[in-house]
Amino acid sequence: MTKPNLSASIAIACLSFLSLSSLAQENGGGILEGAQIHGNFDVYAQQYNRDSIIGAPIVPEKSGINAFTNLIVTKGNFSAGVRVESYIPPVQGFDVRYGNQSVGIPFRYATFSQDGLEVTAGNFYEQFGNGLILRAYEERALGLDNAFDGVRVKYSPYRGIYLKGLIGNQRYYWNKSDGIVRAFDTEFQVNELVPKLESSPLRILLGGSFVSKFQEGGNSSLRLPENVAGGAGRIQMNYKGFGLMGEYAYKANDPTKSNLYIYRPGQGVFVSATYSKKGFGVNISAKSIDNMEFRSDREAGLNDLFINYLPALTRQHTYNLAATLYPYATQPNGEIGIQGDLIYKIKRGSKLGGKYGTTITVNVSLINSMKRDYYVSNDMDSATALLSQQVYLPEDPGRIGYETNLLSVGDSVYYRDYNIEIDRKFTKNFKLKGTYVFQEYNIALIQNKVSPNVQAHIAILEGLNKLSKKHSIRWEAQAMWTHEDQGDWIFGLIEYGYSPHWIVTVLNQYNYGNKVEDLRVNYPTAQITYIQNALRMSIGYGRQRAGIFCVGGVCRNVPAANGLTVAITSSF
Amino acid sequence: MKKVLSLTLLTLMVAFVSVAQDGGRKIPAVDIKTMDGSTFNTGSIQNDGNPIIISFWATWCSPCKRELNTIAEEYIDWQDETGVKLVAISIDDARQMHKVKPYVDGQAWDYEVYLDPNADFKRAMNVNNVPHTFLVDGDGNIVWQHNSYQPGDEEELYELVEKLSAGESIE
Repeated sequence: MTKPNLSASIAIACLSFLSLSSLAQENGGGILEGAQIHGNFDVYAQQYNRDSIIGAPIVPEKSGINAFTNLIVTKGNFSAGVRVESYIPPVQGFDVRYGNQSVGIPFRYATFSQDGLEVTAGNFYEQFGNGLILRAYEERALGLDNAFDGVRVKYSPYRGIYLKGLIGNQRYYWNKSDGIVRAFDTEFQVNELVPKLESSPLRILLGGSFVSKFQEGGNSSLRLPENVAGGAGRIQMNYKGFGLMGEYAYKANDPTKSNLYIYRPGQGVFVSATYSKKGFGVNISAKSIDNMEFRSDREAGLNDLFINYLPALTRQHTYNLAATLYPYATQPNGEIGIQGDLIYKIKRGSKLGGKYGTTITVNVSLINSMKRDYYVSNDMDSATALLSQQVYLPEDPGRIGYETNLLSVGDSVYYRDYNIEIDRKFTKNFKLKGTYVFQEYNIALIQNKVSPNVQAHIAILEGLNKLSKKHSIRWEAQAMWTHEDQGDWIFGLIEYGYSPHWIVTVLNQYNYGNKVEDLRVNYPTAQITYIQNALRMSIGYGRQRAGIFCVGGVCRNVPAANGLTVAITSSF
Repeated sequence: MKKVLSLTLLTLMVAFVSVAQDGGRKIPAVDIKTMDGSTFNTGSIQNDGNPIIISFWATWCSPCKRELNTIAEEYIDWQDETGVKLVAISIDDARQMHKVKPYVDGQAWDYEVYLDPNADFKRAMNVNNVPHTFLVDGDGNIVWQHNSYQPGDEEELYELVEKLSAGESIE
């Protein structure tokens, strides 16, 4: 990985910002008169006590802090920005490679736009379609940032036609990828393009992308392709309440560490159909992906240097026990899944709906392995053992590895989630929400633990009592029952709100069903939050359970912790 | 050395914060998506000289949904009394963005809803986390913002909307 001269770039960025800001503040007519400076900051700090019973790692520094500040200057068609990040050291659970440097400016850019043309130099994020072939994004809570550093041009030559082209290296913690990514995307909005169809209720959108990465071959015993191409095509149609979306992505042969250096092309498909009207909505989506991990470095692992994004086809839960113990993470090397989602609002004033109406949400997702026929052996373990030797085998001279297709569902259950939620407002000041979730989770695959699939039943009740105009109490009672892994849990939370400034939260979780008696531990936490417009400050103390924190099917393991937590965010 | 550097940077940040002025800031122009997938530029958000509420939310964010469902019950009155419009920006990514329209229709919201699946508008508006609500005056200036939601916050928001609608300053 190349290491840019960071102190120099920090100095340049600071100087340019100082001069820009002083110019902007002058009323005397500098070149940036009328320019606006705005930004935000986000500080998250933790102090760590020793607590071996919950498995909290020992932190020699006894503390960690992640801090981010964004500054953006805009004037007319011009805008520029920087982000300062510091990790002194990173909070537990963040990749230790952020600790290679305590503070720096990993993100800076300048953008100019005029008459449908937009040019960005420096760092930028981008997504083509659903991201199946390209998505650079930031998920700060996960410590995930695969921004490009390079040049991007967006252009709309004619109404309804949108073109994007980019070239760049990707961010790799404090460094950049060796691999170069070049990409191009076209989108046609048919209704804008064809004047006759402008007011048609049928809306049609077509798109296509091409992505190519370059990385030197290195000195492997295999002949590795230095340029790897990929592409995707998509369509979206809407007619009144109906919607249909489909995207197909393909990647040429791309031997990588994670696919055991096979030369098999990758492919993936994602389709989604919806129907909705006032008070009712339904969505069915399906996804199948094979060997679709696309990174700008063939040696990269974990969540590093992804060029594409493969969304998990499961519900993103919000309640603690349903969200952080057994959440699904996308298996980019192969999975097949389907999801159904339904929302129905029983009319207010009806017998079932009550005075204020009742909302019912049902969600089902099923994800399985992909059935594969290996060339060298029918047993997957011995097949992968042979492939890991990185040689051409006589049975499989092209090192394709296996045969499969996007519709061949395998026997192995990766994930199941059946959940129903009923939300009802009983009186003007009292609301109740009940949720039941069943999850089956392939813990051997996703967490590398020796265990049969976890089967967990979760029941949740949440209440909201409005005491007066400004005072309210919200509470949650959750329970999980399972025979596997850590066994049963209960969780309780009470939150007192004094609008618009104060929130006090007290919660506890108890692993009462753990097979190991010593691990039947309580995790109490208390937190006070103060909010003043965009400023939000919170201070908490207590035990934090080890868990998996996920956004969009990308997950981060958060280790257990015991201590003080301070969070401050604001924007200006 | 590193500590000195970080301290210097921190000081600079504080200095920036103190000099940055909020007044008169316009809605940044960024390409996002409508719920049927078309491109929409946020520079064209407007409401004929009436106030606009811009609310960032997500289908996985409970307080966001509490806020928007609470406002939805009173939205018709708010519109009649002040002419205000609420623009809801979903930051759901590709995983959930196709579920936004069924959710919005299912809850029978009358808001203008857009998708910001790669957080481009969220970044341009300096939003750290959701829910985050902005108030824009009749001239298109961002005049107020608020992070997070708890019951009762909508009352403060509506008082401010009423002031804006009556042409009063909310400084």
